[in-house]
Amino acid sequence: MSARTRELFALVPAALLLSAGFAAIFLSRGDLLGGLNGTNQVSDVSLTYGGIFLGVCVAAHLVLRIALPDADPYLFPLVALLASFGLVEIYRIDADLARQQAQWFVIGVGAMVTTIVILRDHGKLERYRYTIALGGIALLVLPRLFPPTNGAYLAIKVGSISIQPAEFAKIAIVVFLASYLRDTRQVLVLGATRVLGVTIPPLKHFGPLLLVWGTAMLLLFFIRDIGSSVMFFGGFLAMVYIATNRLSFVVIGLLLFCGGAYLVAGHIGHISDRIDAWQTPFDPKLFDPGKPGGSYQLAQGLFAQADGGLFGKGFGGAVLELPSGNCGADAQLCTLLPAPHTDFIYAVIVNELGLIGASGLLCVYLLVVQRGFKVAMLARDSFSKLLAAGLTTVFALQVFVIVGGVTKVIPLTGVTLPFVSYGGSSVLANFVLLALLLLVSNRARREA
Amino acid sequence: MNQPIARVFIVTMLMFGVLVGATSWWTVVDAQSLNHEHATQNNRTLLRGLKIRRGAIRAADGSVIARSVKNSEGNYSRRYPQGDLFGHPIGYSYASLGQQSGVEAFYDQDLAGSVSDTESLLGELTGRQQGGDNLQTTLVPNAQRQAEQLIAAASPVNGGAAVALDPKTGAVKVMASVPGYDPNAIRQKNVFSRLSTDARNKPLVNRALQFGYAPGSTMKVVTLTAALDSGKFSINTPVDGKNNVKISGVPLRNDFDESFGAIDLTTALAKSVNTVFAQVAEKVGKKTMREYMERFGFDKKPQLDYPRGAMSAPGVYGSRGQLLRPTSDKVDIGRLGIGQDQLQVPALQMAQVAAAVANKGVLMKPHIGERLVDRDGRTTRRIDPEVQSKVMSEKTAAEVTQAMVAVVQRGTGTQAQIPGVQVAGKTGTAETATGTGTKNKLWFIAFAPASDPRVAVAVTVNDVVGFGGDVVAPIAKQLIQTLLNEKKNP
Repeated sequence: MSARTRELFALVPAALLLSAGFAAIFLSRGDLLGGLNGTNQVSDVSLTYGGIFLGVCVAAHLVLRIALPDADPYLFPLVALLASFGLVEIYRIDADLARQQAQWFVIGVGAMVTTIVILRDHGKLERYRYTIALGGIALLVLPRLFPPTNGAYLAIKVGSISIQPAEFAKIAIVVFLASYLRDTRQVLVLGATRVLGVTIPPLKHFGPLLLVWGTAMLLLFFIRDIGSSVMFFGGFLAMVYIATNRLSFVVIGLLLFCGGAYLVAGHIGHISDRIDAWQTPFDPKLFDPGKPGGSYQLAQGLFAQADGGLFGKGFGGAVLELPSGNCGADAQLCTLLPAPHTDFIYAVIVNELGLIGASGLLCVYLLVVQRGFKVAMLARDSFSKLLAAGLTTVFALQVFVIVGGVTKVIPLTGVTLPFVSYGGSSVLANFVLLALLLLVSNRARREA
Repeated sequence: MNQPIARVFIVTMLMFGVLVGATSWWTVVDAQSLNHEHATQNNRTLLRGLKIRRGAIRAADGSVIARSVKNSEGNYSRRYPQGDLFGHPIGYSYASLGQQSGVEAFYDQDLAGSVSDTESLLGELTGRQQGGDNLQTTLVPNAQRQAEQLIAAASPVNGGAAVALDPKTGAVKVMASVPGYDPNAIRQKNVFSRLSTDARNKPLVNRALQFGYAPGSTMKVVTLTAALDSGKFSINTPVDGKNNVKISGVPLRNDFDESFGAIDLTTALAKSVNTVFAQVAEKVGKKTMREYMERFGFDKKPQLDYPRGAMSAPGVYGSRGQLLRPTSDKVDIGRLGIGQDQLQVPALQMAQVAAAVANKGVLMKPHIGERLVDRDGRTTRRIDPEVQSKVMSEKTAAEVTQAMVAVVQRGTGTQAQIPGVQVAGKTGTAETATGTGTKNKLWFIAFAPASDPRVAVAVTVNDVVGFGGDVVAPIAKQLIQTLLNEKKNP
């Protein structure tokens, strides 16, 4: 069976999951049997949704069949699975948001197809690496011109649409680093001196590395967000390690980052608030729904997960809002779990599907990551290897940062759960990321 | 470059392992603590409770004691159509307050069901049932009403308690405690806090199960049982009943300072002679007394279907409020044998004493719930009669019954006589505060008909002038009459 045919068949379970998920929600709301209209006819709406979803996916598959016949057959179906999961969960939280997210899904698939068709060969990206790097940094700094949300400068608001440029910047920076490290990887190792058994790269190449470290610190300082800084710098370190195979670079980088983060974090109130909230989320002083830097959100997320238990409460079973009468006129106080469709969608998933469902979701992510690294290993040239590995690492780190934040492994920061959280920028950017991975894998597998 | 890529992948896998581990921690390992130990911060359980239609609670005659009603927002709240009648045994359950008590609390899981209506397909797939069952109880409304009215009339201020059991099954027919409260009023937060902090009347305390009073001479039934069943006395053994016999070095008085000669135990019980039973208790000894008291249920919390925290163990309490065993050095066994010496016994225990004698010496486990019925009317669980303990031989039970019949026929309990029905009973009068007045805690325990008992009762009223035989025996009599006339389940 050809790779593309395998891809086509693998899309079917994702569509079935979507249908089953919607059916479960309709069932829990009691309107499967015509519901409010009282028509008493079995509703086929969930199957319709599943059909449309499958249609969009098959259309994208046909483009892949022509443009990238040898690309990895599992990446796209796995992403479709994640997206269907996200759509169902967002629909359960808010039907209007789910409609918008469905539109973003279609636009995202469109962006993936466009990227593939226009680029055809990811090698072209190397030519524009400095432009891309500058563009990436500009995208990161841009939100400084707009008012912050929750203390962090992550979004720019144009009318009613909120864009998160960091989602796109991460791809730009990985592309730049892959290209830069391809050129310098030999020099970094060969020109290095060994001091007390530790490899120190030559000073003139140390500069750009320091520049990346500086950028990460700047991010922390300017954007005031630990999560994206960890993502960028972690991706960078992984790429440096893969390029040089020297653990010492990683250790030096980590020390530099931790030292810098310690200094910066102490000076930015909103970050130290986050760290306090992370350490003692149940402290009554920090647990205040009205307080921006408080621990209310994190603590409620943990309560929601505990409520889910091993098997979860089922779709529709999570309690997200207080009944009116138990909260004041302030709508924010009526929210039991803030940001359920974005930052805390993982907590909602655990609440409704339990440890079992959440572990399944993490497994799907791990499979995507596995395919990504597989692509990197199959690729022949250094740029492709570094690009695929870098994109995969950033993707994995994004999952780790938000899930780790919600599960109190690390301080909470607001990044999206790729393909699952609500958010146009996130869906769009991650589909472009997927497009790049598919491009790399097509060439790698064709040559292999 | 493939080797470092593989290593990065391994690190990624480890990181995802950490995420699964952390999720497991919150969902499984630490979930109990998160769900239950953060009551002020975590109101999920409470909010889910609002969406649950709890099953109804019904009395023996089928009338509804508690039911859930839905408001315009789709939240359920509890209503108690019979007002304050069953406030004490049934209690209340308000998810909005996070408060539950009584039978509502004990049968919470059955009434609420483990999974609510709003829960979905996945919940069903994991095999959990939806919705709550209805609870059928053994409580008889008109007898309950009569008991509360009669006690309130006899002791309007300090109240009292009454318990009626079916001696053959342990079914609780009446559990009255005065003063009572209306569980509908608990819904308002301020009413709840007012009632729960009312230290003088303590209206939320179920006096049938807590706040024991000294049982006075009703305890002589226990002493008589121990004496006969252990073989240390026979029913005809004469014991000197003169006044002011020294018990533990202190002279003990009989009522009205009456002196009796050597009398047999039947007569001694009928006339409630203190000095006889104090001497009997001393001769029987602490060890045997303790054994029989424990068989009757003393020294342990009742095995009733009721929250354990809301019941106290009947027994002897020391000066610091600690439960003393009857074998303790601090216990004056002679005075314990006549129901004094810091005995604190709630009404249920004395009803069980009567019931054990009535049921040929076999004590049944008391229960308020009879069966759980699902919404389609199918019985999902039946609370079957169970033996709590074998207290005495059939022979002893017959002899004690005869002595208790004598109490009602020719002794201190003649006011409990019912034409055409042979009643066995025992009076009790415990002095509240010696010297300051003549207010007493009055008791009467009884069962009837003596030949084939269907009802066993204990009635107590608090701080009233008079004797158990005059004030409380008529209440017990009327309760017995009502319950004997009660038709079996309509």
